[in-house]
Amino acid sequence: MIYEQARYTEGEDKHEPLLSEKDDTTINVGGDDSPLPDSLTRDELSLPALSEPEIARHYTRLSQMNWSIESGPYPLGSCTMKYNPKFTEDIAADPSAAIHPDRRAETAQGNLGMLYGLQEFLGTIGGMDAVTLQPPAGAAGEFTGILVAKAYHEAHGNDKSEVIIPASAHGTNFATAAMAGYEVVELPSAEDGRVDVDALEAAVSEDTAALMLTNPNTVGLFERDIVEIAEMVHDVGGLLYYDGANLNALLGRGRPGDMGFDIMHYNVHKTFATPHGGGGPGAGPVGVVEKLAPYLPSPQVEQTDNGFELFEPEQSIGKVHGFSGNWLVLIKAYAYIARLGDEGLLDASAKAVLNANYLASQIDLEVPYGPFHHEFAATAGDRDAADLAKRMLDFGVHPPTTKWPEMVPEAMLTEPTEIENQASLDDLAEAFNIAFGDSEDAIQQAPSRTTAKRIDQASAARNPRLSWHRLK
Amino acid sequence: MTNGHTDGSPFAPHTDEETAEMLDILGVEQEADLFDIPGDVAFDGKLGIDSRTEQEIRTELSRLFGRNDELVEFMGRGHYAHYVPSIVNHLSLRAEFLTSYTQYQPEITQGFLQVLFEYQSMLVELTGLPIANCSMYDAATSLAEASLLANRVRSTSGDTVLVPEQLRSGKRSVLENYVAGVDMQIETYAMDDGNASIEDIQSVVGDETVAIYAENPTLRGTIEESLSEIGAIAHENDALFILGSDLVALSLLQEPKSVGADVVVGEAGVLGLGSSYGMGLGIFATKEEFLRQVPGRLVGVSEDADDRRAYTLTLQTREQHIRKERATSNICTNQAWVALRTAIHTAWLGPDGLVSLAEDSVTNAASLASDIDEISGYRAPVHDRHHFREFVVRTDQPATAIASDLEAEGFAVHVVGEHELQVCITDVNVHAADELVAAFLEVRQ
Repeated sequence: MIYEQARYTEGEDKHEPLLSEKDDTTINVGGDDSPLPDSLTRDELSLPALSEPEIARHYTRLSQMNWSIESGPYPLGSCTMKYNPKFTEDIAADPSAAIHPDRRAETAQGNLGMLYGLQEFLGTIGGMDAVTLQPPAGAAGEFTGILVAKAYHEAHGNDKSEVIIPASAHGTNFATAAMAGYEVVELPSAEDGRVDVDALEAAVSEDTAALMLTNPNTVGLFERDIVEIAEMVHDVGGLLYYDGANLNALLGRGRPGDMGFDIMHYNVHKTFATPHGGGGPGAGPVGVVEKLAPYLPSPQVEQTDNGFELFEPEQSIGKVHGFSGNWLVLIKAYAYIARLGDEGLLDASAKAVLNANYLASQIDLEVPYGPFHHEFAATAGDRDAADLAKRMLDFGVHPPTTKWPEMVPEAMLTEPTEIENQASLDDLAEAFNIAFGDSEDAIQQAPSRTTAKRIDQASAARNPRLSWHRLK
Repeated sequence: MTNGHTDGSPFAPHTDEETAEMLDILGVEQEADLFDIPGDVAFDGKLGIDSRTEQEIRTELSRLFGRNDELVEFMGRGHYAHYVPSIVNHLSLRAEFLTSYTQYQPEITQGFLQVLFEYQSMLVELTGLPIANCSMYDAATSLAEASLLANRVRSTSGDTVLVPEQLRSGKRSVLENYVAGVDMQIETYAMDDGNASIEDIQSVVGDETVAIYAENPTLRGTIEESLSEIGAIAHENDALFILGSDLVALSLLQEPKSVGADVVVGEAGVLGLGSSYGMGLGIFATKEEFLRQVPGRLVGVSEDADDRRAYTLTLQTREQHIRKERATSNICTNQAWVALRTAIHTAWLGPDGLVSLAEDSVTNAASLASDIDEISGYRAPVHDRHHFREFVVRTDQPATAIASDLEAEGFAVHVVGEHELQVCITDVNVHAADELVAAFLEVRQ
């Protein structure tokens, strides 16, 4: 497929003008008509003063200059870019649910009931005993989980200082462990792409607070030694943390709780199809085994004879979000899970894995590690993966995640998810193959059919222009 | 596949024939053969979740949400509802925005990048500070990240952040969780008739202070009158001044830059989100000198191969996917779509509309407080200050009893002390202000 993206161009030097280039009105603030003395107000404010039709046209044009799941395939590895069912938006817009977060529990039974239901769904899906819905993103879920681990160790007098993380893990894992005050011990991969059990044996010690693991891992491989790995970590008093970024591969087929994981986060914007929103909001609920439930954030929702109630877990770590997290996102996740049910969840993982394997079989690039599940890391070999990605943009597909994980040279980490059919996978494969087969010259000219041509990243960083004030 | 009940996922489009063909190409008989999960950890798929139709789920959740009591809320304390114009929903729900992700390929995502660049620019205008990121989760996590930034840039001088004793407990708890990892301390300063006590700040500030945090308006709705003094005290002690506010208040109250703020945090979701059970959008703005210490994503301007202006995520070496454990924060997924909604709402209001909304927040609060004050048995506002949106009411009778009776009359307010209620008024509940006053009168006995 050939793709020509919308491109509104004004003059030689820019596309759709900025709001501030359409209008920039400065008004005086304060003065005689102000309800406040001038000492308590600002002096003036400059913002665009535009009519509603002008604003509608501006944002519509911007939307047309943006790629999305509904535009075409969006196979970013580890991002699980699924179709976001429309009906979930209508449910989230229910005005009855739009209430203040401090409402007394007795007057908020509807919202608490939904939260309770989602806690139950997620607990079952992950094989976990208790779930908090408060973390507003996956990284916030990681942070919550590691804080729970830390609180558990402190309560048991365990002096632990290290978190072990495979070298191929998501960057957030390392940053999270450091934020929580742990030293990071990086674990090299074995030749087969999985955890090197011998290296883990050498790395675990009485200092090990936790091992953070993604399963399947970031090249799509299931950690077959997971039971042994769990034992090794548990033997030194450590906890096993599951990064839920790749949970889509396991839906209905394997539960982290059954594999020995003690803590996990769920990325509902990945696995449970809530919209990614151009970068967020997501939600990163955290599930734990029973012995860690007393440490979960406050409040939790429980069901009693009196209906749904809020309670503070006995040794709660407190809060990780000012209120109850990303409420609107949680509603959509509940609706998606209820829509799919057991059969749908099983089918989602089946088709996600089928699609990844089929796509890999249709591309000319080598995939060094297997058997993979919902995603695979192809290698661009002696080509530059980021350059190939730019060429793919011209063919009505979004390229995969590039140059990561580093264990695969010039990696193109690809996750088509279950939402693509055979025809669109063939389109994707064609884009891969054209880019891979193209001359270096053609690659360097790409992309040519997107709104912007190749963008100079270095210039943006060298001379930071981060607001329209810098362009005047 | 049907639009009703289905055995599989209604969002996996494969026909049986194409599934069979794909399996055949892969040389396997069924999808299960592609999985490499050892038997001892495999799960049988029986989760016990019944699939429901779209219509059934809409009915189920509509009924469930109907169990929330229908109350007119006069509640704030960190989460505020302003009227959200229809255009915000219609434009932000365009799938090109809603179903996209972080702009890792800027050439094909110029639209959203420009949205975020414009959002950053609005924050720069409202704060007077030159750097604003394109979102944090909420006001609480923004404050926590700002404190960590202060700790990094002032690590030689100390490890303590000073916060007002009047701080939402949830916000304080988030802050405690974030700073514990770097062994930072939190100390509080007292309030004086609702506002920060300069005297007390002077007495608790010291060499170990890396930041002083103040809010304007305060948690109890008062407008601060000594922000410049707080800024000066911070700077005399080589500490940063972190100022918490919200987007509407920023349009009217003293410009953070003019009072010496080094970082501005707070809630931007007051525009664009409406009441959403606590969901938010964290503001994060700061000075140029701290640019490389900023958490989260930044959109900058560059040029494309045709020399046209182009937008791109920039300075990513601060971030977790590059810098790993040395990143400025672990944040990845953020609140970009909320920022889109906030930007559309702000653009729709324009400067006059925004300032009017803010001025109404002052006059409506004053007027409602005055009406309640006229009823014997109440005193409002408790603090002899200017107020923004909300104020505290002193009640002769126990506050919980009054609140409970108000609830029976159809109103929800905050109980903030044994004899104190807090009342918040915005454009979404102002129509019911007279009825609330009547209810206050009614429940007095």
